[in-house]
Amino acid sequence: MYIIVVGGGEVGYHLSKILLNEGHEVLILEQDATRCERLTEELGAVVYRGDGCEAATLESVGTGRADMLVAVTDGDEDNLVACQVAKHKFNVPRTIARITNPGNETIFSILGVDATVSSTNLILAHIEQQLPSHPLIPLLKFRSGTLEVVEVRVPQGSKVVGKKIGDFRMPKGSAVLLVVGKEKGPFIPTNDTVIEEEDEVVAITSAENEEIMRAMLTGEQ
Amino acid sequence: MKVIIMGCGRVGAALAGMLDSNGHKVTILDIEPYSFRKLPATFNGVAMVGNGLEEESLKKAGIEEADVFVTTTQGDNRNVLACQIAKHIYHVPKVVSRIYDPIREEMYRNLGLDTVSPTKVVAELLQDRIEG
Repeated sequence: MYIIVVGGGEVGYHLSKILLNEGHEVLILEQDATRCERLTEELGAVVYRGDGCEAATLESVGTGRADMLVAVTDGDEDNLVACQVAKHKFNVPRTIARITNPGNETIFSILGVDATVSSTNLILAHIEQQLPSHPLIPLLKFRSGTLEVVEVRVPQGSKVVGKKIGDFRMPKGSAVLLVVGKEKGPFIPTNDTVIEEEDEVVAITSAENEEIMRAMLTGEQ
Repeated sequence: MKVIIMGCGRVGAALAGMLDSNGHKVTILDIEPYSFRKLPATFNGVAMVGNGLEEESLKKAGIEEADVFVTTTQGDNRNVLACQIAKHIYHVPKVVSRIYDPIREEMYRNLGLDTVSPTKVVAELLQDRIEG
């Protein structure tokens, strides 16, 4: 795959290094001359000095044939514009943006960026996994943007303990995919699977049904 | 009309003064309070320290009731992100963005933003003066 990486900072460097090792064709766009030199020394002739938000720069690195553009500068707005130019001027099939303000996730998705990665949200998800409360943890968003895979841990003493999965009235378009039992380990549930304390339930649902699923699976209705 | 202006540079400050003296309700946002010195002495609107890319600042500035949202910061990318937030999240009826880069300006115009490229406008004005 031909992957364009916008931003040759630390994230861009490590990402490109791995992608190159996996055999992908990678091109890094970076504005700072000194940084470009360092990246070239480390990674070879895969660096182009220029502004990844400018159509002219993207044109000269053959963005028209790119399979993917990943924007990982430390500015959310720069990452957005790079992705939008790639999409609308060069029809790049897949664009991924790094965001620092988790509040930007929605607008990026409305504007057609295929995926966003927020280190802030990832750290939050890890913290929430350790907390005794019972939130729903988003694990993965689908490309379409409406469906997501989520995880809920069944609290001790919850009223759903002992209930069969077949007895739940799931919201439309939602389903339980996997149960990771505290002792049993992971298994694919059936309608007869009985929920046990501290089961980790992985389900697919839509953003609007997220809260219903959370309440249903934790028994906090 | 209730107008929010993001970026109190020379253009933002002048625009704020003009709209204010025409009787509009103006709130101007900037991350740097020192910028507000550029506002005309007669300015009666609200000058607010805040980042127009953040939900809290936008709400505090009253984006939910705004009729117009204008961006006049130095950064094209900042301007288009803020404008697209105003348009697609808060559904502000009129959203105008300054975009220096004429190529980017054309793309965002095609995507439905109301845009002004000072680069293009000034170049054309100068050409007019020269060629007469």
